[in-house]
Amino acid sequence: MGMVSTETLFIQHFGNEEARGMDYYLEKMAGYSALKKALQMSQDDVISEVKKSNLRGRGGAGFPTGVKWGFIPKQATQPKYLVCNADESEPGTFKDRDLMRFTPHLLIEGMAIAGHAIGSNTGYIYIRGEYTREAKLLDAAIEEAYSKGCLGKNILGSNFSFDLTVHRGAGAYICGEETGLLNSLEGKRGEPRVKPPFPAQAGAFGGPTIVNNVETLSAIPFIINRGGEWFAKLGKLEKSGGTRLFCVSGHVKKPGLYELPAGGVTLRQLIYDYCGGILGDKKLKAVIPGGSSAPVLTPDEIDVVLDIEPLMKIGTMLGSAGIMVVSEDYCLVKLITRITKFYAHESCGQCTPCREGCKWMEDVLHRIEHGHGQERDLALLLDIADNINGKTLCALGDAAAGPVTSFVRKFKADFEEHIRGKKCPNA
Amino acid sequence: MAKILSKKFYEEMKKLEPRYPSKVALLLPALHAAQNELSWLSPEALNEVGEYIGIHPAQVREVASFYTMYNLKPVGKYHLKICTNVACCLMGAEKLVDHCEKKLGILAGETTPDKKFTVMEEECLGACGTAPAMMLNDDYYEKLDVKKLDQILAGLE
Ligand SMILES: Cc1cc2nc3c(=O)[nH]c(=O)nc-3n(C[C@H](O)[C@H](O)[C@H](O)COP(=O)(O)O)c2cc1C
Repeated sequence: MGMVSTETLFIQHFGNEEARGMDYYLEKMAGYSALKKALQMSQDDVISEVKKSNLRGRGGAGFPTGVKWGFIPKQATQPKYLVCNADESEPGTFKDRDLMRFTPHLLIEGMAIAGHAIGSNTGYIYIRGEYTREAKLLDAAIEEAYSKGCLGKNILGSNFSFDLTVHRGAGAYICGEETGLLNSLEGKRGEPRVKPPFPAQAGAFGGPTIVNNVETLSAIPFIINRGGEWFAKLGKLEKSGGTRLFCVSGHVKKPGLYELPAGGVTLRQLIYDYCGGILGDKKLKAVIPGGSSAPVLTPDEIDVVLDIEPLMKIGTMLGSAGIMVVSEDYCLVKLITRITKFYAHESCGQCTPCREGCKWMEDVLHRIEHGHGQERDLALLLDIADNINGKTLCALGDAAAGPVTSFVRKFKADFEEHIRGKKCPNA
Repeated sequence: MAKILSKKFYEEMKKLEPRYPSKVALLLPALHAAQNELSWLSPEALNEVGEYIGIHPAQVREVASFYTMYNLKPVGKYHLKICTNVACCLMGAEKLVDHCEKKLGILAGETTPDKKFTVMEEECLGACGTAPAMMLNDDYYEKLDVKKLDQILAGLE
């Protein structure tokens, strides 16, 4: 068995309802000691520690967190904002939910530290509307933090004040995209904005804003307590620190969350050594490695090391680390049709290539799936995808185009079988 | 016109107001709170929310209609949202939808004539590791199969 032993930060608390309380957090998890320490550090020192940690955003794009924080202008006339992206809307992703319901104080402490670092006194946790229970748990944890002086005015006796509010979304994938999220927070339709200006220049309510994922912010207390260098070394590759929560779903024997060093294992190890292999010991057919927006991988490609750069090198992405495993007897044409239906449904409609193109790809895929496709439809799909990719305001278009292109290119025979046989061979 | 939103609604909003630099930012929280009370957002409810925020009802509707969780039509007492996104489909979610449709005699998206059940197909609920999953009103039910679904339905009066 190729298992690596490593220190985990989060997963040992998942499932333990006691861990979510303030008392437990203070006693067993050195709770709020990092905040205390950070408040004695200068803003620049906090940011430089986070830079040293090589923490990269866990929301999807993998942008270095310390570098992002450094973009906040020092001299701003407008209030600055810190927003936690808890929309967790990328299909295949289910880590932030556990972080919020089992270790909410890590997130709260991480946000208070981040608020200090960027000079913001106001934070919001934008949580997807479906997570009603998690929103209530966060509210309760925030109240505890206020009552212990860890949030609010003059935190822990310092001159830093920070208010934190949970803001519920209401069902829209696009609100995971940071500028769509900001519009939604402001009470508007969640339509992504034209960039630049980037949120660090003009974000929430026009003020300089940092948007970070739940897992990103939850890692901050560890970095402050144990040092950026220590965190960087948890990762096994250069420029990518810490552990990662991998969300494994689909046809594996043991689906669920796995916390492993960034770059510590290959995709094959994760599937076969950790998740026990494929359900029913069937053959592997395909893997989607980073949420449904990530181009698909074939069984020949799973020796790739699981981290941002190695996956990028082979034309896909780690994204939000939502790994979906598909066994030999599931129809891939059906699968990509379903994925594309999602993007067509979730396109906000602002950009014509995405609004029209996603729906068009869905229609073409649907007719192929049901045996009404034609040979030339495959070239058509690639052409539509090409006309969406990189031609829209936000990355939802790319997220829809990449998977279609990869399925058509890598599993062409499956499509041809549907077209020539005039039906789904698996039906 | 008589108000249809309760005193509690207005108190809850009052508490939230200082947390935002603009009143319009209260629109999503207000719509959630209104729906919590009324179970759906009737035109009258949208009007009253607009009046409270200080924006035109058309602006309220423009925003409310962007989000799938706001019920702009009445829904049943029990609102089943079955996830049929990738991970749940891989684990047989479509069987759950078929079963509900047959058992309740409605199609996904519809409400039973006695207003007891609404069944919907949902996009990803973020419970992929415990698929297939569904929501019943505010609660998650995970690792479902037809048998478990039947037990859940049997427990609802
Ligand atoms: C269509 C789309 C959906 C996204 N959904 C999410 C999401 O649900 N959660 C998240 O944290 N980031 C999501 N992102 C990425 C955010 O735009 C942003 O990069 C991220 O929140 C930044 O935080 P990080 O640097 O900590 O990763 C999404 C991006 C796109 C284009």
